[in-house]
This record gives sequence, C-alpha cells and structure tokens, in this order.
Amino acid sequence: MKIKKQLKGNRIAPLFHSLKEKNNKALTLFITAGYPKKNSTVPLALRIAESGADIIELGMPFSDPLADGPVIQTSSQQAIKNGITLKLVLAQVKEIRKHCEIPLILMGYLNPILHYGENKFFADAKKAGIDGIILPEVPLEESARFLSLNRKYNLADILFVSPATPEKRIREIDKTASGFIYCVSTTGVTGKSNIGNIGSYIKRVKKNAVKNPVLVGFGIKTPADARNIARHADGIIIGSALIKKITQKEPLLKIGKWAADMKRALH
Amino acid sequence: MKLRQSQLQKYSYPDINGFFGKYGGRYVPETLMQALFELDELYRDAVKDKAFKKEFTSMLKSYAGRPTPLTFSDRLTDHYGRGKIYMKREDLCHTGAHKINNTVGQILLAKRSGKKRIIAETGAGQHGVATATVAAKIGLQCVVYMGEEDIHRQELNVHRMKMLGANVVPVTTGSRTLKDATSEAIRDWVTNVDNTFYIIGSVVGPHPYPMMVRNFQCIIGEETFKQILSAEDKLPSILVACVGGGSNAIGMFYPFLGKNVQMIGVEAAGCGLNTQKHAATLSRGTPGVLHGSFSYLLQDKNGQVDLAHSISAGLDYPGVGPEHSALKDSGRVKYVSITDNQALRAAGLFTRLEGIIPALESAHAIAYLEKLMPSTTKKDVIVVNLSGRGDKDMMTYARELN
Repeated sequence: MKIKKQLKGNRIAPLFHSLKEKNNKALTLFITAGYPKKNSTVPLALRIAESGADIIELGMPFSDPLADGPVIQTSSQQAIKNGITLKLVLAQVKEIRKHCEIPLILMGYLNPILHYGENKFFADAKKAGIDGIILPEVPLEESARFLSLNRKYNLADILFVSPATPEKRIREIDKTASGFIYCVSTTGVTGKSNIGNIGSYIKRVKKNAVKNPVLVGFGIKTPADARNIARHADGIIIGSALIKKITQKEPLLKIGKWAADMKRALH
Repeated sequence: MKLRQSQLQKYSYPDINGFFGKYGGRYVPETLMQALFELDELYRDAVKDKAFKKEFTSMLKSYAGRPTPLTFSDRLTDHYGRGKIYMKREDLCHTGAHKINNTVGQILLAKRSGKKRIIAETGAGQHGVATATVAAKIGLQCVVYMGEEDIHRQELNVHRMKMLGANVVPVTTGSRTLKDATSEAIRDWVTNVDNTFYIIGSVVGPHPYPMMVRNFQCIIGEETFKQILSAEDKLPSILVACVGGGSNAIGMFYPFLGKNVQMIGVEAAGCGLNTQKHAATLSRGTPGVLHGSFSYLLQDKNGQVDLAHSISAGLDYPGVGPEHSALKDSGRVKYVSITDNQALRAAGLFTRLEGIIPALESAHAIAYLEKLMPSTTKKDVIVVNLSGRGDKDMMTYARELN
C-alpha cells in the first residue's frame, strides 16, 4: 500500500528500487535553469535525460549562492540576467514533464522561495511535476517547516551530510530524510576541489545512513571519479563539470555523449 | 516620549536556537553546522571563564584604549539650542572605530579554539583593519575579503591591512562590495572549516554570531550608562547610532533596552529612499534570508538580493542584523534614514563645531540631530554613538565638500 502511494506520487523511490534490482547506480545531473539562454533549460534537460541521467537537478538561480563555486555562480548570474524567475522555472518543468517521466528535483536558495511564498511554491512545484526540493541553506535544525510541506505534497526530504557531520548526526539526518541523502564529497563549495580518496568517508556515511540511498556530489569531474565513488555510494551528482561544458558551448550531441560516458562508468 | 511598560520588560533574546522572535537562525550549509555548534559552546564556556573575561577586559583597556570618553558637545548643543548632546567616542579606539571591541573578543576565542587561520569580510575596511590588528597581536595568519569597489574607495585601509600582514583578497563578484565579500568569506569558511576561525564584523550571519558580536560590543553601552549617570545624574532621554549591519548601534542600545530610554537607529538613504540607490534595509526592505539568518533585506520582486548604495562603505549592505529586525517590529527602536548629502553636510558642520572629523558612517547618526533636536527640550540628554573617525574617508570628504 505504502509503496503504491510512493509510486503514484513520487518518482525517486521507484527509481532506486529499479536501480537496485539491476545493481546499477544513479547519475544525477545538475543544470542551471535559464542558462546559457533563458530557453535552454528544456532542450538541455531532455538531452541529458535521454543520454543516461537518472535524475535531473534543476538549479534555481539566486544572486548570492553561498554553497556554490565560481562555475555555478557565474551561470546563476547569467541566468538572472537572462530573466529567469521561479515562475519560469516551474513553467519549464511542466514543459519537460510533457516529454519525460525522469525524477526531477529543484535546488535553490531560500530567499526567492520565501518571497514566492513557501507553501505556494511547494504546491506549484508538485503540480509542475517536481519530486523533491534541495535547500542547501536549510540544515536539520531549520528544516521542520519544509519537511512538513514535503509531507503535504509528497516531495522527497533530501538532506545533506558532509565530512564535518558526526556519525550520530548522520543517523538523525537519515531518519528524517527520504528520497536520498546528498553526501557532500569534501568541505567546500561546488565544483572546486578534486575528489581525493573518499572511500572511507562514504563507507562511514553508508554505515550510518541505512534507510536512504547515498548520492555523492561536489567536485566529480571525470568517469574515473564516477567509477571510484560508485563502488561505495548509490549514485553521484555532477553539476559544475557539466555547466563548464555548457559554458564552453559544446553542442547538445557532445553533451549527450559525455552524459552517456558518465552513466557507463557507473555500471 | 514615555515608553510603554510592555516595551521595557526583561529582554532575553536570542533563544537557544539563535532566534530573536522570528528573526535570526542558522540558514547555512550542513558543513558549517558543526563549526557553529562548536563556536556556540566555545563562546558559552569562555564567558563563564573568569580568566577569559579578565583577558578580554585587560586587552580592551591596555591595547584598544578603553574606556572611551563620553564628550559633551557644547558647541553643537548651542547650535541647536535644545537638549544636551553627548558623543560616545568610539572614534578614539585603537584602529579608529568600535570594530576592535568585537575583534578582541573573537580573536581570544580563536586562540582558545586552537585554529591558526583567521578570515574576515570587510566593507569600509574598519573591521578588516581591526581583525588584521588583533591577528598580528596574537600572531595568527589573517585573510580579509574585500569587494573591489570598496578597495578603491577605502584605499588607506587596504594599505593598513597589508602593513599589518593580512592578505587582502579582492572580491570581484556581484556588487563588489560588503555583500559579496561576506559571501566569499563564508565560502572560504565552508572550505577550510577545520583550521579556520571566521571573525564576522557585525551582528549578522548565523547564530551565534549576532548574539556574540552584540555581547562583545555592548561594552559601548555599558560604559555610556555609567558615564552619563556620573555626568548628568540621570539616564539619557535618547540614544542615536548609525545602522549598517548594526553592531555599533546594538552595542550602544543593548544595556539600555530595559530602561526608559528612546533609541534611534539611522540607516543610509543614499541618493534618497525614493530612488533605487539606498541602503535603508529596515525602512524599505522586507524579511528574507541572506548570509545565514532571517532578517530584513533589500530584494527585488523575484526575491533576488538588491544592490545597496551608500557613500559610506560601512553602511553599504542590503541586509541588517536580525536583532534590529525584531527591535523594529516591536517598535522598541525607531529606525530612520539619512541621505549621502545630509551625512556629508553634517560631517562638515560637526567637524567645525567640535573639532572631530567623524567617519562617514557616524556622520549619518550626527546628521539625524538636525531632524531630532527641534523636538527636544533643554531637559533632554541625547547620546550619539560616534562609532569611528573620518581619516579613512578623507578622500571622499576632500572630493565632496570642496
């Protein structure tokens, strides 16, 4: 009964269920909505979806993205200049949904959401076809009101753990989270550092996060990084490395091929 | 001007989670949470420790130059012919502004924490200088983030920081002012949280910073309390202070919150409140989240943070401390604003009458006297927090006043 409801309302749990059956790992790809052009979002999302992405994470641009490195900062600034707004992002989500059923999550900073009206935003996001909203400025302590909105609209409670998170806290986060846990590879901002040897860290997270899939993100650049991490984690999240390709104006075809290579590395 | 009894009730903000009513909190990435818990504990242990208190007090006295005088501004008082005007002389602190009260406190915490690397953000450069100063004194490595725009308009302070051994990192993103310098400092902290102590310069940021910075700064109000009682045998009727992030104002106001004293915070109206170019966050902003806390914020119709403008780099910030937001909503403190031109005129007048060149920030507080004084009587006693001296602003004064 519970699984049936999940299948109906949210696409994330069924995805991990089927990946597990195939002994496969999740590839989550992040793109900044409205970048490089205001209307780039939909064709880019559809291309990476058909090239092997399992989840698409859409970044909602904010003027002051604290958790992001220079690559995503620059893309956010450009997207705002392009005129992207939360309303437009949701319209683009609806457009993507016309074509595919890939799990779609939003990533964004709080202020534009509060300004939109948090209740209305979560409701509209659900209506548009979103499966979860990642809020990098909302730690467990400030999460209660957003978790209750997630429950109301059957959205995933995606929470972060980082190398600074103690084991007891990982267990608390795991208890509260649903969908997956976003495991930050290193202390720092997106896209900056290179992935070192983080096997023992991921093992520590996996040992304590028993309920949810663990997806590792920040700093993953190459198929080799992907392969290394997939040995321990349930999937990976790539943002800056992809945005860089988009910034360098690589054609959709090449971006699709890059995504397919990444997915192959996870098998 | 009598205050309602309800406004004088005992005040105990923030709560354990760092909220001043609905304002404040810890809206930061998970990576920083452990560091914030540790800082909270470090601070709470330190203030219970007599040795820490002694070291803090002694360093403020023998190094920062406290207590600062409370100066009767007789010629300015005569100029308006109404209430008596006093200046709390934070301009006489070592490094030229109140900022050092807080950096002394935080550097002693850093020493306790064992972290060897100090980072800070700065707007006008006063907090950067105050941080570089105490880092040199304690012997710790110091990195200061400063917007490129501010580096140009506060060149003198950049030279001071460099001479003090700090590495000044220009910030070229966004508005290239304090807002972006703060974002970069937070990004550095997220990255180097293991070995780095972040000294925030105002009552902003995630808990425990707004509380901690206030408590280090409230030495200003505590001294004023004693000094005005000894000079006038009564408490002041009105306190006036400028508000950017709000650390000098809260430092002055806090010890008086439970007393029958009126308080006025003066924001920067830049080119005017009806233009797009101002920094009057409390007067014109709406609540939102920036740099780790929920507070009033200048933002556009899509919830993107607006650029602030003020001739004074220290007030040029689109946010404000969460405690000020709560004090505004409760009506306990009145927030007003002063334009660039009004501040410049006041600085000129004040300098000629009193022989003190004020910082542009403090000139905003002084300028409000023009509006305030006609409503006062000879029985009133007004204390203005002269938060800093004007040496750093000489290029601006030379350009604008001649």
